[in-house]
Amino acid sequence: MKQSVSLTVNDRPVEATVESRLSLADFLRLELRLTATHLGCEHGVCGACTVLINGEPARSCIALTVSLGGDEITTLEGLADDPAMQVIKQAFHDKHGLQCGFCTPGMLISTRDLLKRTPRPSEGAVRDGLSGNLCRCTGYQGIVRAVLKAAEDLAAS
Amino acid sequence: MKPAPFSYYRATSIDDAITALSGADGMAAVLAGGQSLVPMLNLRLSPVDHLIDLRSIAALSRQEETPEAICYGALTTHAAFEDGAVPDGTNGLMRYAASHIAYRAVRNRGTLGGALALADPAADWLTTAVALDASVTLTGPDGQRCLAITDFVVGPYYTQIAEDEIIDSVVVPRRSAAERWGYYKVAPKVGEYAKSLAVALIDPAKASARLVIGAWSDVPLVLKAGASALLEGVKQHDLAVIVQNELDLKMPSLSPAERRLHTSSVVRAAEQARS
Repeated sequence: MKQSVSLTVNDRPVEATVESRLSLADFLRLELRLTATHLGCEHGVCGACTVLINGEPARSCIALTVSLGGDEITTLEGLADDPAMQVIKQAFHDKHGLQCGFCTPGMLISTRDLLKRTPRPSEGAVRDGLSGNLCRCTGYQGIVRAVLKAAEDLAAS
Repeated sequence: MKPAPFSYYRATSIDDAITALSGADGMAAVLAGGQSLVPMLNLRLSPVDHLIDLRSIAALSRQEETPEAICYGALTTHAAFEDGAVPDGTNGLMRYAASHIAYRAVRNRGTLGGALALADPAADWLTTAVALDASVTLTGPDGQRCLAITDFVVGPYYTQIAEDEIIDSVVVPRRSAAERWGYYKVAPKVGEYAKSLAVALIDPAKASARLVIGAWSDVPLVLKAGASALLEGVKQHDLAVIVQNELDLKMPSLSPAERRLHTSSVVRAAEQARS
């Protein structure tokens, strides 16, 4: 049961004919080869697949591609030149905010949104704000430190 | 691809959605935010032959204010409540409840109507809607009907929505400005479904109080004896005894641990409301 859909991905218009059951995550990875978006649990729990839909973070594993006609999707690839994202990436690097890197794309996108809404979060607010992104390596300390450093660096810049 | 195949239709209006629902052969479901339905499709827990997408129906995202109540279109998102982007008549209770649903990425897409339609006993909106005396407006081929939330919800994951009806909106009466509220959720991790969820409302000037316990194995319960005790201002320990007795009466199937858990969350919500 295929259907055509036109949407925007990383500022590029995309026309596709896809099965109605195809998730946005699979569409991004398999059809557009945008593999920064990772798939962990595939039912909306782990947060690895978080992308921006119309500028707001969303789980791409539980968004159906056919339902996104006219929407603007931004993946981590599309934020390569984003000044805030560059600061956040550097902070994750400096503070050991990743080990295997599997959760990192989702962490980075959630962090950018968190710091946009709460520019100087407390440690508790960072932990709450990232509670929808699971990491199985770091024990989170490095990630929390990275987000707090990113907040500081963004405030200073 | 995780889900089994289904057909997809993007409805352009409420009438269009109802026509599509009525005409569907096989199992049809409507898609709102998709934050519970699509995971269930991915896990193949929800057999759906036809998916009817409501997201482009602008009328379902409206809000209307009257002096007595605020009407929220079914597609009003949790994030819209969290951000204060929609009017509030509950002294911030709905805003607080919304901001504690799952995670931001889910709140951006999940909707009030979708959450109530699912009627998960452990979800925030169901218990909150019972506490706030909300009502649900359904639209079907024969027009609209409005049900009090306690009539709308029949049991866990079980509502009065007919197969050819959709939720149009949720009407929440305005609370008095002097009323205070308490909201206490027990969850193993931030954003998880609740193990216990209690909401307390008290307005001494109007001599009104309301206590609701949710997130147990059935629909939320209104605790009348507990509410009267709250209004009388009985001390915390005595309130706990009264609440526990009422739970024993109304929820006899609870294990001792669940009984203590729910008693604690009710008492903590009550204490928060009167602090």
